[in-house]
Amino acid sequence: MRYSGWRVIAEGLRGQRGWAPVWRDPAPKAEYDTVIIGGGGHGLSTAWYLAKNHGLTDVAVLEKGYLGGGNVGRNTTIVRANYFLPGNSEFYSHSLKLWEGLEAELNYNVMHSQRGLINLFHSDGQRDAFVRRGNAMINQGDDAVLLDREGVREMLPYLDYGQTRFPIHGGLLHPRGGTARHDAVAWGYARAADRRGVDLVQNCEVTGIDIMNGRVTGVQTTRGAIRARRVGIITAGRSGQVAAMAGMRLPVESHILQAFVTEGLKPCIDHVISFGMGHFYISQSDKGGLVFGGDLDFYASYAQRGNLPMVEHVMEAGMTLMPMIGRAKVLRSWGGIMDMTPDGSPIIDRTPVEGLFIDCGWNYGGFKAVPASGWCMAHLMATGESHDYARRFRLDRFATGHLLDEEGTGSQHNLH
Amino acid sequence: MRITCPLCGTRDRREYTYYGSDDYLNRPAPDAPPQAWDDHLHNRDNPAGRTRDLWYHDPCGTWLAVTRDTVTHAVHGVDPVMPVSGRGGA
Repeated sequence: MRYSGWRVIAEGLRGQRGWAPVWRDPAPKAEYDTVIIGGGGHGLSTAWYLAKNHGLTDVAVLEKGYLGGGNVGRNTTIVRANYFLPGNSEFYSHSLKLWEGLEAELNYNVMHSQRGLINLFHSDGQRDAFVRRGNAMINQGDDAVLLDREGVREMLPYLDYGQTRFPIHGGLLHPRGGTARHDAVAWGYARAADRRGVDLVQNCEVTGIDIMNGRVTGVQTTRGAIRARRVGIITAGRSGQVAAMAGMRLPVESHILQAFVTEGLKPCIDHVISFGMGHFYISQSDKGGLVFGGDLDFYASYAQRGNLPMVEHVMEAGMTLMPMIGRAKVLRSWGGIMDMTPDGSPIIDRTPVEGLFIDCGWNYGGFKAVPASGWCMAHLMATGESHDYARRFRLDRFATGHLLDEEGTGSQHNLH
Repeated sequence: MRITCPLCGTRDRREYTYYGSDDYLNRPAPDAPPQAWDDHLHNRDNPAGRTRDLWYHDPCGTWLAVTRDTVTHAVHGVDPVMPVSGRGGA
């Protein structure tokens, strides 16, 4: 047995010198069957499902930094399946089911906690919309419970029920929603893929994509050229730059999304709470920090840090909803690069280059999609056909008009 | 981030609404092929570095083409744009 209580005690007495790395650090080979560009959550889960579901293990994941060092290591960790539109609904439903079996599947504690997610509503119209969404979730086979004001008060007594700007009329409870330990998800997939023989190559930046007669033949990297029959681009906020190496322009604009963590507090917020009217959502991590965030800064940026107006806006929204957090000190904040599509839904599709596939456009919702994105991308790369659950995540849908506009705000870059 | 409006001077980012890349200025002919419209509306270079994009200064109602760096948030230049196709879309 690799891990046990006894081992923890023994290593404590030996100065923790006996632990070995849990995955290899291989140099890249000159040729692989399949190369995945990007060692984040989606890239690693794709590698795992290529090995597990399709028996493909001649696979390399090329990561320019370290595994899981991007958005999968810096997010607000929410896992949910409360989508409405056909195309999104079955995809996220599948993802949640994969989450529920993930720890057993990977033999890794990802600390998936189905603590329940509550979306608050503040008007009759919003309640009607949530009833409809809840029915869609139930029809999809997931769960939803409509709470009235007293129902919400019973679960969340600490909200400000007296404020008049957005009075709390009730909430839509998604009991199977919750959080997970974000880093552990990357590590769990990495270890599982490595054990099946996948090479996880770090500090290996892709600098070019080799194409001959319309077919991908390999990639150029900072650690040498690598030939490959199939290449997947899974690089989130940097998708535009990597796709440009293959001569493509994507329907993607990269934006900044900020999030915040407070000092550790005793348990006080037992659920995930989403306050859509204030663009604010919050949960409490197992370490005790309050983890919360708001909306995009709303302009194209790669700075990995946001601007103060959005910080102020998020703090104001938090104080409007739950004044009790006012004296908690914010420990840190960060800004992640979000690959935003015009309609706010992702892309898992072939590209015009034969053998080159792309998985991008996760907007601000990529974390919960990690299992199903890997599942569907692996299916696409292994079979050449879109998985049923991802068949509407098409690259050409903006040209053809088959949009997936979950928010219903229109297909335009500055709206999502 | 602060942007200098040619009419009003240097103002806080909160006075401006971001619209998007200056691809929006290159409006295709009405009979242009669908691909040209797709490029106009959706497909982007999305550069990490120097870019030029459209902002609306809410108080004075001027459309601006801002040359700036997406990595550092430095603003290199601001030009008024008029008339702007797609006005009112923001």
